[in-house]
Amino acid sequence: MALDILRERGTALAKQQFTWKDIVQPPISKLDDDAFTRVRVILMNGIESEALRFSHSCARMNRELQLDLARVRRVEQFQQTTINWLNPGDQSQLETTIGFEQVAIEITAAVAMQETDPYLRQVYHFGLLEDFDHLYRYAALLDRVDGKDANNILQCYTDIRPGRATMFHHRAPEDDLRRPYDKATATALSKLHAGTIMAAEHQTHDYYMNVGPSFSDPAARLLYAEIAAVEEQHVTQYESIIDPTETWIEKWLLHEATEVWNYFACVENESNPRIKRIWERFLDYELGQLHHVMDVMKRVERRDPAELLPAELPDPIPHASQRAYVREVLAREVDLRADGTEIVPREKEARSSIDYRQQLNADGSPSEAVAAGYQWSPGTELGVKVNGDARRRQHEARA
Amino acid sequence: MNSVTEMGMNRTGMATSPVDGKALVEGAREGAPTSAGDAQQLDALRDDYVNAKMKVGSVPPPASMKGAMGAIANAVKGADMASFIDRLGERLAFERAGTRLYEALISKYQHLADVDMEPSLGQLQEIRDEEMAHFAILRAAIGELGGDPTVETPAADVSGVASMGLPKVLTDPRTTFTQCLEAILTAELVDNDGWALLIKMAEQFNRKDMAAQFRGALAEEQEHLTKVRSWLEARVLKGRPVD
Repeated sequence: MALDILRERGTALAKQQFTWKDIVQPPISKLDDDAFTRVRVILMNGIESEALRFSHSCARMNRELQLDLARVRRVEQFQQTTINWLNPGDQSQLETTIGFEQVAIEITAAVAMQETDPYLRQVYHFGLLEDFDHLYRYAALLDRVDGKDANNILQCYTDIRPGRATMFHHRAPEDDLRRPYDKATATALSKLHAGTIMAAEHQTHDYYMNVGPSFSDPAARLLYAEIAAVEEQHVTQYESIIDPTETWIEKWLLHEATEVWNYFACVENESNPRIKRIWERFLDYELGQLHHVMDVMKRVERRDPAELLPAELPDPIPHASQRAYVREVLAREVDLRADGTEIVPREKEARSSIDYRQQLNADGSPSEAVAAGYQWSPGTELGVKVNGDARRRQHEARA
Repeated sequence: MNSVTEMGMNRTGMATSPVDGKALVEGAREGAPTSAGDAQQLDALRDDYVNAKMKVGSVPPPASMKGAMGAIANAVKGADMASFIDRLGERLAFERAGTRLYEALISKYQHLADVDMEPSLGQLQEIRDEEMAHFAILRAAIGELGGDPTVETPAADVSGVASMGLPKVLTDPRTTFTQCLEAILTAELVDNDGWALLIKMAEQFNRKDMAAQFRGALAEEQEHLTKVRSWLEARVLKGRPVD
């Protein structure tokens, strides 16, 4: 079912209200809720966090928009809190990290599948295979330090195996920038995709920067430092695919449309009825915010938002395992590298990035050490060792 | 609070997703590690940091002249005053936190629908009060040695890190009373050994008065441990693991 955003006006901004207990609701269950419910919680926290980040940047550059931005931002602050506080207290920071990487893999893969612009699709594949590898490294850390199984979080939806090895992700800044879409010719779908993935990656970067120092183990501190650096590169990559000549209000409008579109996907996909009601409510709130910004655009820029937005938003992002698609991309593109804005075969990688990486990895690579010889196995890698020891004892007894 | 732990939709295991689970295992087997080695490689990452020989922190010098003199006198005898203050600080922090843990357990107890089994509210309150009294004993002992009882000593800090999960369990509205008793049991086990060690240290410093006081505290802690164990066992073995 498509969503007619020009006709659906949602909840008026003035009626979007909260109380503290309404903001802090019981969390989801780490054990019983579907992994994609957690994926949605993490993704939508990222979308709202980007809404706040953009809104503050915009306010600092546009005096005349400050009041409208502040009004909308106040609601978004509470929306983000409501969503982020759905994460349960028994979910450790490293377990939440596993959830972040599942978001990066499954949502980016779904976006890449739907994306019609071949260059943008290539860019999503490039980032996808790096986040895929991050999941493997963090899973090794979780198993080897905490003695826990990453698949308890992933629930079999997402593979745990190496992607493009993290030690090769470190590139010179000039090799992280990509070509932007053209605001005049890009489809609405391409714009919504770019806004979604940029938000998710920015949140991931900020999360790793916050939780990295909370670990006491140098191995964990090093791994978070390394992967946070790559997430910073991903933010650089994904923000560069967005046309920088869009006006501030145009960008604001697209942010609101991206929020509407993603809440719509949450409503369509959610299996937990209590959480679904939150998505439904916030979809209505976002429609109200979108119409508020449409009015701002008409008033300030004298432009018709309908020129920028389709009446009906494209089909929502599917929230499902994209295992087969990810495997295809992995088999085909794991060895690709970057040269300026282009994704190229390994042998054509820019010298600047090779030199940059050699210097950064000069003391060794944390991500390689953490996952040295690691192959995920149900429960723990120790299971393989235990089985091997038992077989050896049986063999010795027979001998 | 949940009154019943039901068989339900736990989705964390492989058996929940037979098709995806099989694909996951196959995929992991196909994905060869990018470097050789095993979990020991993590030690290589830690080595430089371990070799830097940094510490969590230190015990401050005695706050009073009396304490300074005591430290010097005992240093001559070979006993380590800093280590004694460190351990006293650890127990003080533990008893202070223990008081709060029992307050959280009492709060959890007050939401129990069915209170026909031990403990009673009075029994829990009694233990809570004893934990607080132990805190007061330690505060006085540290002061008497010229130390500052408001200091967080290294042993107190490390012990706080080790027991970080306890208040998380006790204050989570979703945990059962039985699950909370399990958490309290881990605290009581550590506490018993902590007091036994303090008694030996007090004797080493020839502080018979303190050693006697600490023996009294240990006797109470032993009683706490026995009670918590029996309450937990009764609930688990007699079919009350879930409230």
